[in-house]
Amino acid sequence: MIMSTVLAPSPHIRSSVTIETAMYGVIIALLPGAFVGAYYFGLNALKVIALSIIACLAFEAMVLKIRGKDMSPLKDGSAILTGLLLAMNLPSNIPWWMIVVGAVVAIGIGKHVYGGLGYNPFNPALVARVFLLISFPVAMTSWPVPKPLSFSLDTVTGATPLGDMKTSLLLEGNIGAAANMNLVDPLIGNLGGSLGEIGALALAIGGVYLIVKKIITWHIPISFLITVFGMTGIYWLIDPQKYAPPTFHLVTGGLMLGAFFMATDYVTSPITGKGMIIFGVGCGVITVFIRLFGGYPEGVSFAILLMNAVTPIIDRYTRPRVFGYPTRKEARA
Amino acid sequence: MTNRFKGGVHPDYSKDTSTQAIRGLQPAESLILSLSQHIGAPSRPEVSVGERVLKYQPIASPGGFVSMALHSPISGTVKAIEPAPHPSGRFVTAIIIEPDGLDETLDLTDKADPGLARGPQAWRETIRDSGIVGMGGAAFPTHVKMSPPEDKPIDMIVANGAECEPYLTADHRLMLESPDEILGGLFLAMEIVGAKKAVVAIEANKLDAAEVMRKADLPEGVSVEILPVVYPQGAEKQLIQALTGREVPTGGLPMDVGIVVQNVGTLAAMDQAVREGRPMVERVMTLGGPLPNGPGNYLVPIGTPLSHVVEQTGGLKGPAARLINGGPMMGQALAGLDSPVTKGTSGLLAFGPGELRQLRQRACFRCGSCVKVCPASLLPHTLGNLVEFQVFDQLREFNISDCIECGSCAYVCPADRNMVQFIRQGKAELLAMTGK
Repeated sequence: MIMSTVLAPSPHIRSSVTIETAMYGVIIALLPGAFVGAYYFGLNALKVIALSIIACLAFEAMVLKIRGKDMSPLKDGSAILTGLLLAMNLPSNIPWWMIVVGAVVAIGIGKHVYGGLGYNPFNPALVARVFLLISFPVAMTSWPVPKPLSFSLDTVTGATPLGDMKTSLLLEGNIGAAANMNLVDPLIGNLGGSLGEIGALALAIGGVYLIVKKIITWHIPISFLITVFGMTGIYWLIDPQKYAPPTFHLVTGGLMLGAFFMATDYVTSPITGKGMIIFGVGCGVITVFIRLFGGYPEGVSFAILLMNAVTPIIDRYTRPRVFGYPTRKEARA
Repeated sequence: MTNRFKGGVHPDYSKDTSTQAIRGLQPAESLILSLSQHIGAPSRPEVSVGERVLKYQPIASPGGFVSMALHSPISGTVKAIEPAPHPSGRFVTAIIIEPDGLDETLDLTDKADPGLARGPQAWRETIRDSGIVGMGGAAFPTHVKMSPPEDKPIDMIVANGAECEPYLTADHRLMLESPDEILGGLFLAMEIVGAKKAVVAIEANKLDAAEVMRKADLPEGVSVEILPVVYPQGAEKQLIQALTGREVPTGGLPMDVGIVVQNVGTLAAMDQAVREGRPMVERVMTLGGPLPNGPGNYLVPIGTPLSHVVEQTGGLKGPAARLINGGPMMGQALAGLDSPVTKGTSGLLAFGPGELRQLRQRACFRCGSCVKVCPASLLPHTLGNLVEFQVFDQLREFNISDCIECGSCAYVCPADRNMVQFIRQGKAELLAMTGK
């Protein structure tokens, strides 16, 4: 019998989970949030999402070509995910060319200058979002007012609740009406903001799906959310005139999107459960400080990027105790 | 009380052959008795070419303390002592015996101790002289394991019937069909090292085997424990942790925590050696995977070419794309079927083209799956990256030598990284760099 056997190293069987499983799993989990964006911001939102994904794929292909790599990473879903995440972090009325600039920054500077997927220290979509926010602050903060099932491309712009609160604090010295709004609107997404961050409930459902499917663990999102809730709760108890209720902080801004979908990026977050909790708490603390005391109304993106930077250090100090070595208690004894 | 070891994976167990009773095979036309089928120094041939040998006759003696004796599984003539195919893929010196079909056996009466009158010291010698090695796969000489130094008292023997490797069912069948031999060997092991307790450890996917063992005549101090089904439950250190909560210290052996682990097949071989005087000349192995026409559990003389096992059982359904000596998690890929069954051959698995997932190795994207499943609590992704980027001097800091190469990390890796290969290479590089 003719045989052509393969002398591969063990193990010879592998689980069916691949990079694609994770990437497309996250994309599926983002769909409810994206749907809410499309519902309230109409065709504009769909256009931003489509252009962002196409641009990211195009630049991925271009950079792979320049680097002399084969084109297979195009299919791994990572560029699509970066495109979708970038779109969800943009206002739906952003000029088209800014999306293209964002895609260049995400794929080129966020990802490939470091060597591509797996080597990037910062979340590529967030690098692009922050780049755009700093470069084009007006376009990036002119939030369309939500209007269900609108196919008109003309939009009226307004502020986000977090932005309203910051303005009110500056002008009036109190948090104003926005911060005491009912919570139904932010839960279902009927408020101003980036097109993919508004539907807190839809995003949380997607996040729970990721945890149930074991694509992410609870450590980062839960520690992130609890930290934001706990810290803003303490300030609110101290002075409810100056600080909004913790429930308001939980469901507004980019917190749900950030906690479930951006902070949990494998490449740029710690690898052990303990490290993830430190990371999540760090994200929460920085977010709260920026929201309450910083110049920007929202701080989720900056918080995650800053924590991305300390991920290697967190990993270094949270290494698990190796089997057969004394526990810390035993070592002391 | 059973604990859980940390980590582990749940592969598809595919133990379809567990219902197949152990069967014998027609003898092969020639047997290849490799002088290196165990961990340790090669055995020393004690016969010469052309010499007639009887079944059970010693044909090679141990080449050192950590080595092993070898016996002829059949009566016949020594045809050659020459380099011959070996599961490692290399040619290794072997004694080639051509059977004469007479099946004349050496008289075993003065070797046998049916009434168990001779005592532990004599039994240990019998085990050494019978060429018994661990049959779970590692093939470590059993008498060495049964000779703990004075300062390491053993309080417990573990009969390892976990058989956590997918596809393999040889131990399962042995527990169903020969519980008394296993328990006989267990009693001997307890007597030899002076252990008062023993546990027969069986994974929960073999409850029928546990039932049979429980109903058998359990020696005093022996209990049967059912363990959760999780790979690598049968790895010595993980098994001990699951049964007792004790952790074998880094670089140490089970005897450092007062335990000796023996595979159930090894225990049965010890019983045969002591009571009947029969040396280890055959073993039960599983022929499995999707490709063989006659998958099952076979009692095969040591030295039988694997091709003979396959032909005798109806051949393969088509060309093989992967042949595995052992289980799919830790077994070794074979280039062909020329090599023989050795004392450590727990199974032969054959897969056709497309029956194993095509791998595409990519960069680690730090998903952390390997860290979650590593039973040694290592950071496999870091070890893999350090080897890939040739930062060998940091491997020790990340405890590479504590890796048991169980393959759980590679099994779950979504980037299809060959973690075990990286780690083996890393260990070899360290050895080359420092001699340790």
